Amino acid sequence: MTEEIIIAGFGGQGVLSMGGILAYAGVMQGKEVTWMPSYGPEMRGGTSNVTVILSDEMISSPILNEYDTAIILNQPSLDKFEKMIKKGGTLIYDGNGINRHPEREDINIYRADAAKAAASDLKNPKVANMIVLGALLKQNPIILDENIKKGLEKALPERHHRLIPLNLKAVEKGKEIVKIIREV
Amino acid sequence: MEKDIKLMKGNDAIAEAAIRAGADAYFGYPITPQSEVIEYLMAEQPEKRTGMVVLQAESEVAAINMIYGAAGAGKRVLTTSSSPGISLMQEGISYIAGAQLPCVLVNVVRGGPGLGTIQPSQADYFQSVKGGGHGDYKLIVLAPASVQESVDFIKLAFDIAFKYRNPVMLLTDGVLGQMMEKVEFFEQQERKKEDEPWATVGKAGRGHRNYITSLFIKPEKMYEVNLELQKKYREVEKNEVRYQEIDTEDADYLFVAYGTTARICQKACQLAREKGIKVGLLRPISLYPYPYDAINKLADKVKGVMVIEMNHGQMVEDVKLAVNGKLEVGFMGRSGGIIPTPSEILEALENKFINK
Amino acid sequence: MLMEALEDLNLGDETIGVAPVGCSVFAYHYMDIDMQQAAHGRAPAVATGIKRVMPDKTVFTYQGDGDLAAIGTAETIHACNRGENITFIFINNGIYGMTGGQMAPTTLENMKSSTSPYGRDLKSMGHPLKMTELVANLNGVAYATRQAVHTPALVRKCKKAIVKAFKLQKENKGTTFVEIVTNCNSGWKMRPVQANEWLQKNMIPYYPLGDIKK
Repeated sequence: MTEEIIIAGFGGQGVLSMGGILAYAGVMQGKEVTWMPSYGPEMRGGTSNVTVILSDEMISSPILNEYDTAIILNQPSLDKFEKMIKKGGTLIYDGNGINRHPEREDINIYRADAAKAAASDLKNPKVANMIVLGALLKQNPIILDENIKKGLEKALPERHHRLIPLNLKAVEKGKEIVKIIREV
Repeated sequence: MEKDIKLMKGNDAIAEAAIRAGADAYFGYPITPQSEVIEYLMAEQPEKRTGMVVLQAESEVAAINMIYGAAGAGKRVLTTSSSPGISLMQEGISYIAGAQLPCVLVNVVRGGPGLGTIQPSQADYFQSVKGGGHGDYKLIVLAPASVQESVDFIKLAFDIAFKYRNPVMLLTDGVLGQMMEKVEFFEQQERKKEDEPWATVGKAGRGHRNYITSLFIKPEKMYEVNLELQKKYREVEKNEVRYQEIDTEDADYLFVAYGTTARICQKACQLAREKGIKVGLLRPISLYPYPYDAINKLADKVKGVMVIEMNHGQMVEDVKLAVNGKLEVGFMGRSGGIIPTPSEILEALENKFINK
Repeated sequence: MLMEALEDLNLGDETIGVAPVGCSVFAYHYMDIDMQQAAHGRAPAVATGIKRVMPDKTVFTYQGDGDLAAIGTAETIHACNRGENITFIFINNGIYGMTGGQMAPTTLENMKSSTSPYGRDLKSMGHPLKMTELVANLNGVAYATRQAVHTPALVRKCKKAIVKAFKLQKENKGTTFVEIVTNCNSGWKMRPVQANEWLQKNMIPYYPLGDIKK
């Protein structure tokens, strides 16, 4: 099985780190893993995206035309990547700041208002990315919870390990608040 | 024993591999997209782990000449850079090749010419494979296609460099340098203990002096040295050709691509087979020496060969030499940091050979 | 003289010399020690590479003025600034001797060379460069001195300076830099005696002898 995922949003929304945690968790689960960021000037301020590929086989191209799953955190990324999801694939998005909502009828669409929940329920806007990850895992449990924890331990530097419980709480939050918009 | 598995960026992995390969020294100068190599080394402090020396030079010109000096002392040394920096090093590389010194060079290629872009590219194929500096010399060039191979080839490159007393280059690109993949590391290798008989380490106990040079003023002597180099290159061509074939057994069409582009082609092969088109891939791993024979043999079996590169057609010249007129060779390339996508590649093949 | 200094200190067997392009390419033939030939100007970088992987060995460069003070200025300044434990032997004869007497950065005002046939014009060709004074300002440099060899007394003094430089290197004190002002009979198109006189009268006033940093 191979899962090709794109995660996209503004720089600073934790796109790369969410991808990193997912990738580390994949390694913990014994999968082949590729984490391919967009890099360069766009890293600062503009949009940021990362491709994460988890597979039971050797991974071929890190550059893809279409994805099994897209995790979208802002409007420009939704506009760019909605059309690049495979038929029958999955779109998960945070409704925060979205004016034009996803329109495709041949994919599964889920919404998790993570930025809002992070600020109001968890009092820490930085964990919004983990809430969205939780939403993904609810709909598509590609990675076991225990491996997410192990992934966090690997991905975060030691001095941030005290934040792991909060991150795990955020994942749980995402599972709670995710809403089905459409399933095919 | 538990496997030593990590998730690492290509550039970081190259740095860690250098420490583990028992390197004695790294000399380099930062340049995007490969500055992580020296950053990783400076943070990791290999001087404490293995005694390996790390020094940030004042320029790429100085760095490659520090490599020359330390390689002349018979040590395992490497430098890394990206395209404009490698251009600056060409004088030193020619001297290293002329003086027959072993060392490892890594070029994390970015788009050019000139200052260009920091995005990935394969536009330094000619420079690496055909001799970017002056004179009749060859670099042995390896092209990894994954973070795992970037790690494994560092160790391999040192072995080959010392076997032939010749510089070995790893030709990677911004994709391979910046992406993270799962890697399994080889065990820590010991640093070299014994001095090479030709190395300049002081003549104590030897009775004669050693002399590292690429200067041979007399034409007869220079000719002799060149013949010696050519003899060595023939040996390299006999022993060190490396390539991988994927799905070529039943293939009607063949992609030839290396490094990142080969990975993308592999995906294009899958897409093609989903559409019922049988496409295989030959991935040169050593770019010098080049797998001419393997491509020539496949040219007898397939209906068309398509070369894909992140440049405007460099390796395609070697593929044409290999195919030797047996059939048509198509080419598709992107440059400037634009990476071709799997479907674009497949479309190029279809347009060239199927929908014509 | 350089070899005598190494012999006096009993260092010949553990020394690596670096000589680049210029008159110094012929240095190999006179020195029975391990040596490396460097690209034009790059000897300080080559010497850095050697010394860093073998900090216990003695390493020196033997460079002319074109090499050290023109094409290799960056490498010279930075090796000195890092305080590399190496010794520079800098031969200043005011001209590119080996390639037919072209102007060097050290060529004096109004001095004729094949690329300044009407004499060095300071306005368009810049000023003769005092390298030893320049590097003496750098914190990494432990010892910087200017010597000459056109009289027997000066030869003895110069050898002393070289011995001191190697001793300081053995004590890991930092970079040691010995400039030797000398003549180039063929480059200057003079007979040896005439050249020595010219050197004393013209070169020494601009390049005064003695320790600049000790």
